[in-house]
Amino acid sequence: MRMPRLTAFLAATAVFVSAFTLAAQAAEEVHVLNWKGYGADEPWAVANFEKATGFKVVNDFFNSEQEMLTKIRTNPGLYDVVMINAAFNDQAMAGKLIQPIDTSKLSNYADIAKDKASSPMLNHDGKVYGVPWVWGLTALAINDKSFDKPPTSIAEMWDPAHKGRVIIRDDAVEAVQFGALASGQNINDIKDMDAVKAKLTSLMPQIKTFWSSENDWNQMVASNQIDIGTYWSGSADRAKTHFKLPVSLVIPQEGSVAWLDAFSIPVGSKNVAGAEAFINYMIDPKFYVEWVTKVGAPVSANTKAVDALPEDAFNRKVMGSPDVAKRIQFQAPITDEQREKYLALWQELKVNVK
Amino acid sequence: MADLLAIGSRRGLRPALPLLLPAYLWLTVAIFLPLSAMVFFSFMTDLPLAGKEWSFTLGNYAAFFSQSLYSTLLFASLRLGLEVTLWCIVIGYPAAYVLAKVLKGRSREAIFLLVILPFWSNGLVRIFSWAMVLREGGILDTALNAVLPFKINIDLMYSYPAVIIGLVHSYVPYMVLTCYLTLQAIDDSLIEAGRSLGASRRQVLWRVIIPLSMPGLIAGSALIFVPVVGSFMEPRILGGRTGTFYGTVIEDQFVAVFNWPLGAALSFILLAVVLIILALAAPVLRRAA
Repeated sequence: MRMPRLTAFLAATAVFVSAFTLAAQAAEEVHVLNWKGYGADEPWAVANFEKATGFKVVNDFFNSEQEMLTKIRTNPGLYDVVMINAAFNDQAMAGKLIQPIDTSKLSNYADIAKDKASSPMLNHDGKVYGVPWVWGLTALAINDKSFDKPPTSIAEMWDPAHKGRVIIRDDAVEAVQFGALASGQNINDIKDMDAVKAKLTSLMPQIKTFWSSENDWNQMVASNQIDIGTYWSGSADRAKTHFKLPVSLVIPQEGSVAWLDAFSIPVGSKNVAGAEAFINYMIDPKFYVEWVTKVGAPVSANTKAVDALPEDAFNRKVMGSPDVAKRIQFQAPITDEQREKYLALWQELKVNVK
Repeated sequence: MADLLAIGSRRGLRPALPLLLPAYLWLTVAIFLPLSAMVFFSFMTDLPLAGKEWSFTLGNYAAFFSQSLYSTLLFASLRLGLEVTLWCIVIGYPAAYVLAKVLKGRSREAIFLLVILPFWSNGLVRIFSWAMVLREGGILDTALNAVLPFKINIDLMYSYPAVIIGLVHSYVPYMVLTCYLTLQAIDDSLIEAGRSLGASRRQVLWRVIIPLSMPGLIAGSALIFVPVVGSFMEPRILGGRTGTFYGTVIEDQFVAVFNWPLGAALSFILLAVVLIILALAAPVLRRAA
């Protein structure tokens, strides 16, 4: 008498478990490709989104824009949402890697700042290939312990007092554009490459090492090994708010490189509806305010989201001020030839340092 | 007669085929095919992905010779390989000798385990642990300053010595293992014979032990030299601004700029240079062995 009941119980459990797994598989996954620790993978954000929509988020990460392009090129159909710097949107579209987005499905799209939404970098032939998410600066950040008052000029990086305590990112384009700023040129139209090269050559002996992830930068500050370096505005905010590190962002008088990050949907996405829901959630004011307060973030492209911040918030007060707007230069797309030229210069600089 | 021979050899091959097939099939699929694809890529102008135009070219190989950058880096990497191999011999050979000839039983097992232990941990973990030890205010700096009466400042992180330290640590077990095997095979009575015929300890070392263990030294050196020349992880993490080597440039071509053709061409040039070095060294080494 007992055996059949036990068997029945086991069978029922088995049926229940398999039904459960089936249901879990039916809840469609949204595969997201982004920088690590950059909003989309925040556990609370993922939990909120999954609860609201029933989609399951699977995060994957990249360490450079080129790696991101390589990942979507070599894994067609795997990703549903990819975060692309607007300057690379052209290249991704030309390579038939991303598809047009139906913005009528995104309820928050109408609130995006007009200048960002209509950016020629994200719109091609009247179709939208990228939804602006956040923008920020590649500026300077300082170790508060090393400065009595924050410096105002880029030239601080060349100060012999900071020899061996300067850090810059191991990225050819960023380094060359930084050299352009330091030599007083337009980052998108560099006329005097020799001046850039001379500037960077004299910077090399100052440098401690190159950073490639936020983690590198934060560890160098935490162990008090650097004074000053190039950093992203959102990352500096995160280092201060979330990791409680003595880091301050400096927007030098010579100007700063500005970038715009946008979400796109790769060609071959198996869950376009899920991708649209995720992108809409990412540009939602509620998510943004929570992201800024809990973690620290760059400036949202959604005007309503920025207005939802407190009056004196850095992202509203400083980043939104007309004085800063005048100084910053947005990155424009770069051709393959330019990129290879920049890389050759960067490699040469790194080799000559030996 | 000739027919007989042919039958004989066929008879020899056919029964052996089922035994050989799995290994050769695996080698073909896992090594030969991807490697030939890379050879193919190295002669292309662009990858044929997403309908891009491409054609055959020698330009990727020409790039190596047209820019002094690559040959400078190749020499730096070869020098790095030589230095690391040398340090591995200096550190690994005496250890192997003690393991093979001095220690017996349990203590040998214990010491052996300590040599193998680093192999069981992930390479990246080991490199990051070195970062904690070597930096200013790191473990080495703090420990030395706690013991020494005077103040010294040790900041080896992000320097050429840091790269050497990290690489030697990663590769020294190879040298210990290969040398241990050949040293263990040396008959103790040969050493005793040398001693009883009046040779000093040093003479025994130079005229008996080192020549007889030469195959192990050579195998260990080749096992270390080849991967070190192409290494990119250790230089990148420990080398800082001095950490640009041939291997890191190849990695950049694959990962950072998506220029697989150039990356592949640079890799095959490295392979060719390493093969030439080994081929040139072979007669000398064989005579020594």
